[in-house]
Amino acid sequence: MTPSRYDRLEAAKPMIECREVHKYYGDYHALRGIDLTIRAGEFFSLLGPSGCGKTTLLRTIAGFEDITSGVVLIDNKDMAGVAANHRPTNMVFQSYAIFPHLTVAENVGFGLRRDPRSRAEKAAAVEEALAMVGLKGYGARASHALSGGQRQRVALARALILKPKVLLLDEPLSALDRKMREQMQVELIKLQRQVGITFVLVTHDQEEALVMSDRIAVMFEGQIAQLDGPEALYARPASRRVADFIGVMNFLPTRIIGDTPNGVEVDLPGFGRVEIPAANISRANPDDEGPTVGFRPEAVSIVSTGAPTQSRVTEGTIDEVVYYGDMTYYDVRLDGSDGFGAKVRPIRIAMRNVFGREVQEVGARANVSWSPGSLVLFR
Amino acid sequence: MKGRGLHVYALCYLLFLYAPILLLPIFAFNNGTVISFPLKGFTTQWFVQAFENATLRRAVMNSLIIAVSSSVFATCLGIFAARASTRFEFPGKGPMMGLIMLPLVLPEIIVSISLLVVLLSMGITLNIFTVIIGHTLICMPYATVILTTAFNSLDRSLEEAAYDLGETKWSAFRLVILPLVMPGVISSLLMSFTISLDEFIIAFFLAGNEPTLPTYIFSQLRFPKQTPTIMALGTVLVVMSIILLTFAEYFRRRGNARTGANNTGGFL
Repeated sequence: MTPSRYDRLEAAKPMIECREVHKYYGDYHALRGIDLTIRAGEFFSLLGPSGCGKTTLLRTIAGFEDITSGVVLIDNKDMAGVAANHRPTNMVFQSYAIFPHLTVAENVGFGLRRDPRSRAEKAAAVEEALAMVGLKGYGARASHALSGGQRQRVALARALILKPKVLLLDEPLSALDRKMREQMQVELIKLQRQVGITFVLVTHDQEEALVMSDRIAVMFEGQIAQLDGPEALYARPASRRVADFIGVMNFLPTRIIGDTPNGVEVDLPGFGRVEIPAANISRANPDDEGPTVGFRPEAVSIVSTGAPTQSRVTEGTIDEVVYYGDMTYYDVRLDGSDGFGAKVRPIRIAMRNVFGREVQEVGARANVSWSPGSLVLFR
Repeated sequence: MKGRGLHVYALCYLLFLYAPILLLPIFAFNNGTVISFPLKGFTTQWFVQAFENATLRRAVMNSLIIAVSSSVFATCLGIFAARASTRFEFPGKGPMMGLIMLPLVLPEIIVSISLLVVLLSMGITLNIFTVIIGHTLICMPYATVILTTAFNSLDRSLEEAAYDLGETKWSAFRLVILPLVMPGVISSLLMSFTISLDEFIIAFFLAGNEPTLPTYIFSQLRFPKQTPTIMALGTVLVVMSIILLTFAEYFRRRGNARTGANNTGGFL
């Protein structure tokens, strides 16, 4: 059996290593001790809100910013004192930075100026790079006449033609419209699999990071809050803040009853006594709001009365209905959900509108089906 | 009709501005030394006289040398200033840029006298080089403003991209930045050239015995017989200016079209 992509990446050698990287801009502490290993061939994302230091980290890897302290290794070489033009990295800029006075081919071939190959060989390399990004035959065009998606492709070809060890992408899709963005996401994944180069993507769009990455580092205030694969990140966020940033999550206050052999037993308003499995317990809860249980809107569902289910069922009343076409969001107030002296907000439930399933109305009674495995405890 | 008053106003305004210039060629070809109507007949003798005048030729030559040199110097220094002010933060940046812009509001007579005192006390002989120094000084603010605008409109990541693709700081500047600010550089050269060419006060104080075009014309106004020759000279200058501006505008538009930039106005 051939090893899965995940296993292969697990075994791959480290390509980028950051050790205790700090960066100050004057008094401003932009990077606060980044420790990070990105493996060769990985599609890695730095995800976070604006101002979290993700772009700064990318630029320190590229060599555009000096670090105040710490070590950055690329392919086992210390990058201290190595300028951007001598690093084995190339960058796709947020604005694409296409040189407007040059043609498409001149843009793509820009990095080959110091290449000893003959003119014809370079032209062939440019044509090959253009074909790779789906712009075959565009070489003679003026670069300023290109659309956003085409500029993006030119920027990719221009960076990849140098066969860098690492391709750095600074919010490359943020300037595109939604359709184009989704198309480019898929193309970027395919391209990365094809060339096998390590990709490091900076994005503030959690969906984009989840779609494209092998692993994601979520950053807040110059620190990495969680580093995980997309599924683990979504299902088991390490803190409320990460959970809040990635997708929608319901949070309910809870009281811890005690440890059990397989996890922790809690008293959850509206749900009763629940045993949360050990794997779903996050002890990193800096938000300091007391123990909280979180779950995704699609981790619970509304089932018709009497339907056979292997999950546990709780009853409630529908408070609000928001119809999205493919999905309907219900806010449901669970019976007996006001607990611990606080008014608990209704929980949000996402239901796919499959054929034959009626959209419920406000005020209707609802049976909510759930299982302890989809709950996460932040304590 | 709506706005009729404004149309009349605009027409009068333009007439006031340009009608005197139209008189230049009319009297330059008029066969008579007195500048008045009615015209006496067609002649080209004033052009011949102007061309054969050795002092005039020397004045034109001097003015061209001064204007070319000071526009090149002012533009080069302007590039440094514009690059520094748009790209870097450093202590004293505000005051420094303010000092560069100061000649714009200083009366030229003050600049000329101060320069004269300094140059004489340093024992420097007055000639066209001292005029070049003075003109570079007064052209600097214009060059700096034009070039700062050009540098400001550049996306900073263009330079980083060139750097990222293996170029050095200098070659990135030469291959990417310079071609993109070229319209600004040309504007700056032209502006400085024009300012220097017709500048009178500094040239009058700092040129020593060397004539420049404006000082020569001024000195000749005392002799009524010379007036038609000055008219002929003026006509040549106007024609040359129009040709020069046409070329500049042509290259500016071509540059804009090539980079797809918006037409942000120019000379014409």
